[in-house]
Amino acid sequence: MFEAIAFYLFAFLTVAMFSITVLTSQALYALTSLAAGMIFISAFFFLLGADFLGAVQIIVYTGAVMALYAFGMMFFDTTRELKEKNSSSMIVFGLSGLAALMVVVIFVTPIASEHISAIYPMHENVGNTQEVGMILFTKYLVPFEVAAVMLLVAMISGIVLAGKKMDRSLTQMSEEEIQSMQESDKKAVL
Amino acid sequence: MMEITLNHYLILSTLLFAIGLIGVMRRKNLLMLFFATEILLNSVNIAFAAISHYYGDLTGQMFAFFVIAIAASEVAVGLGLLIIWFKRTNNIDLDAMTSMRG
Repeated sequence: MFEAIAFYLFAFLTVAMFSITVLTSQALYALTSLAAGMIFISAFFFLLGADFLGAVQIIVYTGAVMALYAFGMMFFDTTRELKEKNSSSMIVFGLSGLAALMVVVIFVTPIASEHISAIYPMHENVGNTQEVGMILFTKYLVPFEVAAVMLLVAMISGIVLAGKKMDRSLTQMSEEEIQSMQESDKKAVL
Repeated sequence: MMEITLNHYLILSTLLFAIGLIGVMRRKNLLMLFFATEILLNSVNIAFAAISHYYGDLTGQMFAFFVIAIAASEVAVGLGLLIIWFKRTNNIDLDAMTSMRG
């Protein structure tokens, strides 16, 4: 009963939030509604008994990813209205047909796969976090380490790409310094 | 209606995936396109967690963790590239990125 109420409430909220993200013409509304939608999605994880996944969702998405996007938006002109693309309707029809086909497949799949057996079954009296730890550090150790290396590569590439000239602040420089810096930048690009 | 089954979660996941697809199709601004890809990845995560719960198998949750890791690194690299592109051209519209056009 309460599970159903919670499910429908959060389903409505996530769909509404993500619709705002996709349809609004204001970049700030898109960012904030995306952050709200991420938090509402973590509610589904808690409903499904995946406590650790829900905590990770909140920490990673609303903590790290949203902060990164907010930081990135400071670089861009977010106050102007966004222009939308008017692509050919053939692509739109094709992709919406694909989405409809996907719904049908999703309806059929649980019927077709009724005799699936669990590879790593859950246990009754063990907490979710403990179980995740046991599986992650035994069966999925190599993918875990590879993911760690991938995150390290992403971090270094982020620093190298975005961190150029971060030590120079435009507000603390005089006009001549900015002028000469821009001219040297143009030469470097050309 | 009152009992939430696996199908409910999978249909919700499909709905969110369709919303993300709409975003990918209609957005011209590259930052908004990144938002839409985040929605796509999250909808898949819901499906993974739901299947993991209803089949009593932890593999789905493991895959969801790796999807989150990939999403985080995608954002870091993508935003870095986006900032460089914005510094050079003062513009992050997709239509302006035609320097490779023959």
